[in-house]
Amino acid sequence: MKMRVINLIKRAAAVLLFAPALALAADASVNLDKAPVSTEPAALQHGAKLFVNYCLNCHGASYVRYNQLENIGLSEQMIRDNLLFTGEKVGDLMKIAMQREDGKAWFGAAPPDLSVIARSRASGDGSGADWLYTYLRQFYRDTERPTGWNNVIFENVGMPHVLWELQGEQVAKVTQNANGSKHVELSLAKPGKLSVEEYDKAVADLVSFLVWMGEPVAEKRKAIGTVVLIFLAGFFVLAYALKKNYWKDIH
Amino acid sequence: MTTKSQAVLNWIDERFPLTSSIKGHLTEYYAPKNFNFWYFFGSLALMVLVIQILTGIFLVMHYKPDASLNAAGVPVAFASVEYIMREVPGGWLIRYLHSTGASAFFIVVYLHMFRGLLYGSYRKPRELIWIFGTLIFLVLMAEAFMGYLLPWGQMSFWGAQVIVNLFSAIPVIGPDLSLVIRGDFVVSDATLNRFFSFHVIAVPLVLIGLVAAHIIALHEVGSNNPDGVEIKKKKDANGIPLDGIPFHPYYTVKDIVGVVAFLFFFSAVVFFAPEGGGYFLEFNNFIPADPLKTPPHIAPVWYFTPFYSILRAVTYPLFGLDAKFWGVVAMGASVVIIAFLPWLDRSPVKSIRYKGPIFKIAVAIFVVCFFILGYLGVLPPTPGRTLVSQICSVLYFAFFLLMPWYSKLDKCKAEPERVNFK
Amino acid sequence: MSVDQKMDSGRRTLLLATSAAGGVAAVATAVPFVASLTPSERAKAAGAPVEVDVGKLAPGEMMTVEWRGKPVWILRRTSEMLASLDKTEDKVSDPASDKPMQPDYAKNKHRSINPEYLVAVGICTHLGCSPSEKFKMGAESGMGADWPGGFLCPCHGSIFDLAGRVFSSMPAPDNLEIPPHHYLADTTILVGEDGKA
Repeated sequence: MKMRVINLIKRAAAVLLFAPALALAADASVNLDKAPVSTEPAALQHGAKLFVNYCLNCHGASYVRYNQLENIGLSEQMIRDNLLFTGEKVGDLMKIAMQREDGKAWFGAAPPDLSVIARSRASGDGSGADWLYTYLRQFYRDTERPTGWNNVIFENVGMPHVLWELQGEQVAKVTQNANGSKHVELSLAKPGKLSVEEYDKAVADLVSFLVWMGEPVAEKRKAIGTVVLIFLAGFFVLAYALKKNYWKDIH
Repeated sequence: MTTKSQAVLNWIDERFPLTSSIKGHLTEYYAPKNFNFWYFFGSLALMVLVIQILTGIFLVMHYKPDASLNAAGVPVAFASVEYIMREVPGGWLIRYLHSTGASAFFIVVYLHMFRGLLYGSYRKPRELIWIFGTLIFLVLMAEAFMGYLLPWGQMSFWGAQVIVNLFSAIPVIGPDLSLVIRGDFVVSDATLNRFFSFHVIAVPLVLIGLVAAHIIALHEVGSNNPDGVEIKKKKDANGIPLDGIPFHPYYTVKDIVGVVAFLFFFSAVVFFAPEGGGYFLEFNNFIPADPLKTPPHIAPVWYFTPFYSILRAVTYPLFGLDAKFWGVVAMGASVVIIAFLPWLDRSPVKSIRYKGPIFKIAVAIFVVCFFILGYLGVLPPTPGRTLVSQICSVLYFAFFLLMPWYSKLDKCKAEPERVNFK
Repeated sequence: MSVDQKMDSGRRTLLLATSAAGGVAAVATAVPFVASLTPSERAKAAGAPVEVDVGKLAPGEMMTVEWRGKPVWILRRTSEMLASLDKTEDKVSDPASDKPMQPDYAKNKHRSINPEYLVAVGICTHLGCSPSEKFKMGAESGMGADWPGGFLCPCHGSIFDLAGRVFSSMPAPDNLEIPPHHYLADTTILVGEDGKA
């Protein structure tokens, strides 16, 4: 019920205030898949595990402390046992050992910090989550790239497909659209450890975690906001009655 | 009142005009009784100013104006904003209040200015109030612009880069001037530090001074109202305007209603959509400033876009000076011209209620143009869009420059003797 | 008359209710602002417990570790040093450590878990200077012939014994603070956290 009210408020606010953004979306050139973002602890924990295992070698999340993961239901002991590298403390920031200069030399550009990636990737085309969800599922084999990988929505990306063991290898069939634009069709050439559905779910969990990490306080913010709005609505009734009472005298 | 507290009050009053100030500005300041919805936005602007100052004070305690990279390769200033968002208890709320407050400030101020336009609040004897108001608007733009650099994201950086380069369009001194503003050959740590200083000390001081002057001037001549009638012309035996009521308690209790309603919508944004759909906090600004890579599309924050569109609309060189220079001139003029309204409007009546159809149509066209310019300022330019913005820019200036003629020509109704109040 | 009074009471109720709501709003608004003045997550992470290996500390030697930005002394006392605590018993102002300057497990004569190791925050309880060590006994210390060994605060001359107890009639009001700590192993101390009981 509460969630419904919140969603309703959100939608109304979006329509009223940001109608221009919808108009902007008409310019969209990239088709993004809608990311099934979850705020469930199980999904976030799974996403955290994938993040630490697959992303945190090259990308840091240097504004996030490991012990903040307690907010998605992990205990301090679980963090210590499953997520920490040797020598790290639970209060440490999620930094990486790789030097920026090395990153630049190896990938052409230093891998960006991922703390707020889900917020920065938002655009008129869709939310940052949609972009990430699409991006992580649209890598394909490209022998012309130094990493051997390319991506449909991020052409000539410097990052290799780190999740390829899970997804398998996709290949692309490029055709020309009637209007001259390129159309890329992906197909799975070599299956990975996960089925397509399982892989989509895994990426969804990873993206959910990235969204959570972008603003860990988001859920709390909305909860507080509901209380604040209810209070202000009550305050408004009182203030309005008081004004009416005083203005009775004015003729 | 007990004799003891009366004695204390007397003691103060002999040394400081406490009672007389309260009387002069609140309990015996007589405001017209027919204020409508539009008259909320003055007090709301003051309220947002307080929010900005208060939240600003607390943000400065944690923010670091430092463009150098930290150990993780992120600029310290950018990281310190995320530090506030994540690690400072309550910091996220204070920051969202401040960032949303910036946009709210402009929404409220634009509506406040529009009120003045509707009811002729700039007309004699309120010219100085209007000029102070225009200055407040100008200073507010400077304040917002410099504040926007501080998070040191991509939009902060490139926005500042573009705006500072505007000054280089000025002939002869331009290039040196923009160098002095930046303190470097590009927007850099030096720029960040001086903008921080201006944003938290210099400009707020000027702003508060101007707001005080604005209110003192208002209370000197008295408020206008939706009928544009001078209530001081009709007074009772005690010299109190017949259509006036004491500001306190009547307008204090009324403004509280406005404040609470405003806070409701403000909180809805702060708690449920703090990014404002990418307009209040731009998505690109979640990427740290990178002097080597311009984002594919940069647009100023929404409240600058009408004026930014006017800048871009100028594409012709003139008198041997290039289009860039005239664009800057046009943009500057589009703001400054607002200050001349008191002398441009030659209508026999103040309020739009009694003005004729020409003025009403002119205002309508002006508003539509302002919105179109604002909208186009967000989008990347195309030849079609540039043409539309050129037409709108011409209409924008025509609204002001032709006013002496059309406001005189217009068929106005007679102003009433007393205000309408039901 | 009666109508007026009725109106007045209604207005008074509304005034009170609105003021109360305004008061609630003001207090609620103050919460995040006051909260922002308290230590951040970074400060808390920096204040995390510190693990110290005291195995290499010789008897009579002291080491200093940093915990929450403050010096924490770990002094390995000799039996002679421990004996001196009996002599200072009647010279110090709080011999039984009645004031809450230590966790309960250090509320004893030697003010420690293990009599041998004194773990204390090296900050004078007067105005926050860090006292210096004056471990040598007698005239050799420069502190007078009957000096039993202890600490001297250079700022205002407060003196403490080898259990961090302040001598009577000194500027410092309290004994040195004993931080929460416990033994992870025989010679490993975790400073900053009480042992799990």
